Amino acid sequence: MNVTLKIWRQKNAQAKGKFKTYPLQDVSPEMSVLEMLDYLNMQLIEKGDAPVAFEHDCREGICGTCGLYINGRPHGPMRNTTTCELHMRAFKDGEIIYIEPWRARAFPVLKDLIVDRSSFERIMHTAGFISINTGSAPEANSTPVSKIIADKAFDAAVCIGCGACVAACKNSSAMLYAAAKIAQYAMIPQGKVEAKERVDKMVRQMDAEGFGFCSNTYGCEFDCPKGISVDFIALMNREFFSSKVCKQKHK
Amino acid sequence: MQQLNSKIPEGPLADKWSRYKASLRLVSPANKKKLEIIVVGTGLAGASAASALGELGYKVKAFCFQDSPRRAHSVAAQGGINAAKNYKNDNDSIYRLFFDTIKGGDYRAREANVYRAAEVSNLVIDHYTALGVPFARDYGGALDTRSFGGVQVSRTFYAKGQTGQQCLLGAYSSLTRQIAKGTVKMFSRRDMLDLVIVEGKARGIITRNLVSGELERHSAHAVVLATGGYGTVFYLSTLGLGSNASAAWNAHKKGALFANPSFIQIHPTSIPVLNDYQCKLTLMSESLRNDGRVWVSKEKGDKRHPTEIPEEERDYYLERKYPAFGNLVPRDVASRAAKERCDAGYGAGDSGLSVYLDFKDAIDAHGKKAIQDKYGNLFEMYEKITGINPYNQPMRIYPAGHYTMGGLWVDYNLMTTIPGLFAIGESNFSDHGANRLGANSLMQCSGDGYFILPNTIGDYLADEIRTGKIPTDQQPFKEAEKGVEEKIQKFMAIGGRKSASSFHKRLGKIMWDHCGMRRDAEGLQKGKELLNELEEEFWKDLRIPGNDREINQELEKALKVADFFEVGRLMCEDAIQREESCGAHFREEHQTETGEAKRDDKNFAYVAAWEYKGHREKPDMHKEPLRFEHVEIKERSYK
Repeated sequence: MNVTLKIWRQKNAQAKGKFKTYPLQDVSPEMSVLEMLDYLNMQLIEKGDAPVAFEHDCREGICGTCGLYINGRPHGPMRNTTTCELHMRAFKDGEIIYIEPWRARAFPVLKDLIVDRSSFERIMHTAGFISINTGSAPEANSTPVSKIIADKAFDAAVCIGCGACVAACKNSSAMLYAAAKIAQYAMIPQGKVEAKERVDKMVRQMDAEGFGFCSNTYGCEFDCPKGISVDFIALMNREFFSSKVCKQKHK
Repeated sequence: MQQLNSKIPEGPLADKWSRYKASLRLVSPANKKKLEIIVVGTGLAGASAASALGELGYKVKAFCFQDSPRRAHSVAAQGGINAAKNYKNDNDSIYRLFFDTIKGGDYRAREANVYRAAEVSNLVIDHYTALGVPFARDYGGALDTRSFGGVQVSRTFYAKGQTGQQCLLGAYSSLTRQIAKGTVKMFSRRDMLDLVIVEGKARGIITRNLVSGELERHSAHAVVLATGGYGTVFYLSTLGLGSNASAAWNAHKKGALFANPSFIQIHPTSIPVLNDYQCKLTLMSESLRNDGRVWVSKEKGDKRHPTEIPEEERDYYLERKYPAFGNLVPRDVASRAAKERCDAGYGAGDSGLSVYLDFKDAIDAHGKKAIQDKYGNLFEMYEKITGINPYNQPMRIYPAGHYTMGGLWVDYNLMTTIPGLFAIGESNFSDHGANRLGANSLMQCSGDGYFILPNTIGDYLADEIRTGKIPTDQQPFKEAEKGVEEKIQKFMAIGGRKSASSFHKRLGKIMWDHCGMRRDAEGLQKGKELLNELEEEFWKDLRIPGNDREINQELEKALKVADFFEVGRLMCEDAIQREESCGAHFREEHQTETGEAKRDDKNFAYVAAWEYKGHREKPDMHKEPLRFEHVEIKERSYK
């Protein structure tokens, strides 16, 4: 199949970017989108042009490195699919395909399709963990956890930290990302101990990084490649408000 | 080169580690604050080591090439993590886990190291559970386990098909906590390009900042490599595309011996090659073999749709050849059996390079829901990549390069032959012998990082408390940086026509054809020659666009590919000298009448540790004899 690519090119963080057009022939429908870009890059390199910079690693939908905004949607047209898992069979012969980096103030572009997601890291640094030192854990089965709760915690834990939720949101909100971690820990006994401090710190950092508020359009859930539910945002909000109420009680 | 000293402690097997630990020297909390440790790599081994060392109070600097430590390729491990908890009351024990690992490794691993890995496995599960890792549970709320690849007990803890991801996020969270506390300083988007040795000790590294392109010097009192394996030498493999050998290889060039480089596991269940531009083979967890049955048609070149091939015309060759273990034979056996059937012309698909993995019987017996609960995400992944729904028709699978049992030689302290340089996880060689058992990788990485290295490194650092901060303006740092700078300029100046990936692809094909699942002396020699020819072409015809002081992914790739030529040659060299078949290493010349691996314990029960002698110079081999005092060496039979 043949396609026409319109790809965002930007030399570095300071430079001004623009779309460039690349017609590409003989694309196999069996190629993933990233393999299609490899194919384009090979041709660009052989011609002496600068290849398109994009990030990727595992290429099996689990590391969260890749993330392209394709035809106006994070990770492209297929639901529950990361960019590396998206195959060219999802597109039509002759189609024009727009490929952009994530667009969000908190994710500045570093080059072409690569963005800086260290704001996500800093949210985790505030409290995205359970404070237990190596060696002090009790025997694993000493604390039973109901299967229903454990499965629910797992559903939140599947977040790959790609940033699609932010890219999907008109407010560039990171609520789904933060909520997934907060909810995973808030539900299980091991994480409950610090739940209130955790939600407070993580929500504050989210705001400090310049992520927007949630206005309940559910775009994040729709475009999350792991299908994480917005119910966790509701859970996070409950945790957040109750942390405020309890704090006042302490005073 | 001094004699290899593995420092295996005396005493009964079960007491070795606890007695030895008690003899190790300690560093006081006040002194720990003055000691710096570099940890390269943030997968399960690196993240667990960095966080455990940070908790102890050392000043840790952690490095990864990804934008976040959470993306290291441990994330892709699917099946599970082993521990000797005996929760199923199926008569499992530390000894049995140890024994299975030794046997699975075809008697080419060190007894003492393996026993220790089994011993700390239970602590690892306790720790991950406390960190909030959502392992599968049964209805009573206790942790669930499953049976996995080549063993007869149920000792594998799992989180659906995403165990590696969940364990890594657990380790990442403990690392994150130490970053927040300031005990660990995190350096993301850095490639380690050289090791710095000062007066015979590992004292630092040279890195390239992948955003600015600048070279940086980092110093410490000890350096820990947790840089994973070199399976991407095959180009097409189950590894992440950024995985590479360069950090370990640079250490090797600086004097660290490299052990058993030819021991590289070919995983039996990956999705086959579907197009010419493919650069990655996606693994389907071998846990699928618990319920899936492997078969090919009894007829050569059968192009019928798999659902049209009737039951009696199917050859369930694993069940036929290995009735005791059937579809659950270890990885090396399953991989070779698949290759044998395909080479004989019975393979499935257009290329004939795949076999079927069929769930029909399991779905009929347990219902679709049960299969979905166990493998739902794997089935989805398969469908996304191939467009085929495995609930309705069998999967197609084929072996792919996966895990390297070989790696930097380490002693019982996990220290390499360079004082102060440690290697943990997949980057070392010690625990898996010639073949790794499923779910033992997460176990070993985490055990090394959380519970072993933090003890043994203290004994080394006890001598460093008076050293003071290591300055980076001394000569060895300057020289190392200059060497890296010259290497980069040499790359940039080639100005050829071809991309680094195009060379990598050809290199991978050479390795797969000549040093893959089946090897012979002639082919291995040929492989070396082809590598030499391709390497010459590489240095003449490589093109790297752009400049080196910016994000330059082509330069990053070229640096890695250049090292793979040397890694590949050493793999061939190692495979040539090992005139036997064991585990993943199968020499055509050494097989039984029925085509099984023929080990030679009399002559080859040793670790081959290679010393670098210069580019294209013949390396020196040192032997560490393996002594088996607690298991009886037997032929590994799964029949």
